[in-house]
Amino acid sequence: MADAILTVEALTKRFGGFTAVDEVSFTVGQGEILGLIGPNGSGKSTIFNMIAGLLRPTAGTIRFQGQSVGGFSPNRICALGIGRTFQIPRPFHKLSILENVAVAGYFGQGRRVGKAEAWETAARALDMVGLAHGDHASVDTLGAAGLKKLELARALATNPTLLLADESLGGLDESEMDQAADMLERIRREMGITIIWVEHIMGVLMRVVDRVMVLDHGELISEGLPADVAHDPKVIEVYLGTDAGEVQASVGAAG
Amino acid sequence: MDTIFDIYLLEALINGLLFGGVLALLSLGLNLIFGVVDVVWICYAEVVMFGMYAIFWLHGVYDLPIVLAALLAIIGTGAMGFLVHFLVISPILGSAPINQLLATGGLLFFLQSFATLLWGIEFRNIGLRLPVLQWGELFFSYARLLAFGIAVIGMAAIYLFLTRTYMGTAIRAISQDREIMTLMGVDSRKVYLVTSVVGGSLAGLAASLLVLQYDVHPFVGLSFGPITFVICVMGGLGNMVGGFIAAFILSEVISIGGFYAELEWGYVAAFVLFIIVMFIRPEGILGKKS
Repeated sequence: MADAILTVEALTKRFGGFTAVDEVSFTVGQGEILGLIGPNGSGKSTIFNMIAGLLRPTAGTIRFQGQSVGGFSPNRICALGIGRTFQIPRPFHKLSILENVAVAGYFGQGRRVGKAEAWETAARALDMVGLAHGDHASVDTLGAAGLKKLELARALATNPTLLLADESLGGLDESEMDQAADMLERIRREMGITIIWVEHIMGVLMRVVDRVMVLDHGELISEGLPADVAHDPKVIEVYLGTDAGEVQASVGAAG
Repeated sequence: MDTIFDIYLLEALINGLLFGGVLALLSLGLNLIFGVVDVVWICYAEVVMFGMYAIFWLHGVYDLPIVLAALLAIIGTGAMGFLVHFLVISPILGSAPINQLLATGGLLFFLQSFATLLWGIEFRNIGLRLPVLQWGELFFSYARLLAFGIAVIGMAAIYLFLTRTYMGTAIRAISQDREIMTLMGVDSRKVYLVTSVVGGSLAGLAASLLVLQYDVHPFVGLSFGPITFVICVMGGLGNMVGGFIAAFILSEVISIGGFYAELEWGYVAAFVLFIIVMFIRPEGILGKKS
């Protein structure tokens, strides 16, 4: 990991007396797919929100491409090249599918772009996730999987170098989950985007990520290759529980 | 007997329609600002009042052509929208809604008193006499017709701005999810300011239409401010299409009520209708349940 794109040090977020994220440190290498897993409420989304600028860290530093970005406004962070998707898709229902993505393509570049360029960026992002965009189709025609694709396309249209993908695949069936995993892999391969993938189930994620980190109650309890993490007793205790065997089988023996 | 009755009723209906255009324009400005910034400008009608004064001075006293005076008034109220947001709203954006209401409510009294101090309480008229048009047996005020036409053009321009430009698209989008917009690189403070300037300019446009028909005085805002709020709430606060529909429904009720009884009874009927609608659909005609 010679060239880290993101370095997080002792990142902490407290809400009153409750510590949601407790001195979490990690780095993400250029071109890596890093998995961030943990049960609901373990602080994954809070970490994402701090990196994306939606929450101000209580303490700790966030360095993106060498620049300290902790506490920057979300639009500034977006312009620097960090994109974020939400677990629960939040499309603009009043706008068409293409408009949803074009807004991101227009404002998200960190520089002035023309109208045509924004539309092209949007069309490319929609192609990447495999959503049709020829007409002014309404967002309401999309199902759960389609809305997730739209969410991803909007983040891609801001031309990120780092993508924070909050993918609760819970609402999808097995083949849709596989599709989503393949898509993230393709986004890395074809667009060269570094990805942090947040998830609360391990199965599909373990197949695609290079490294995985496990959070529990705001603390980092394990970090490493998927195969090692799946066999970490601490992870099995607090997180995997009865599914341990299944996940271990899918990632192979510890290295 | 019957034909005369029908013609007067038709005239009342058409006058209601014409009146509705200006009301729709007023509610559009208020709804636009509320939808985006999430703050109700209690003082919106007072911004209109300042616009009316601007035209009175520029045209009525300094003899500038009326169109130029109106344009300057629109620019002036746009600047006023900028100042209201920048000085009053923006520092309290994060505080409780009641504080924001109190602040814009306080601004209402400030603007009224300020105008009284500057210009006194006399009723002033720009002294422009527009002809009355006759069409068959129907009579229309040219001022009303003009006001309606320009209001419709103004609303169409806003519609195009909101649907055809990226800033407009951002305005439509931010009224739905302000957090997400910033993640797409949109500077929400800039969108709020642009919206406030557009909302202020609409107040100026409304002022140039109202000044053709009404005298201006420091409390003139009270004669159309309350009905504008009623329209916005009845249509669904922040919903521009809902406000548009409610404006025409209420103006027709007022006009027809005025035809059968007094104009005041028309307003009574309109407010009764408003109360009934609020019982049936508290969120307004097109509003979303919150």
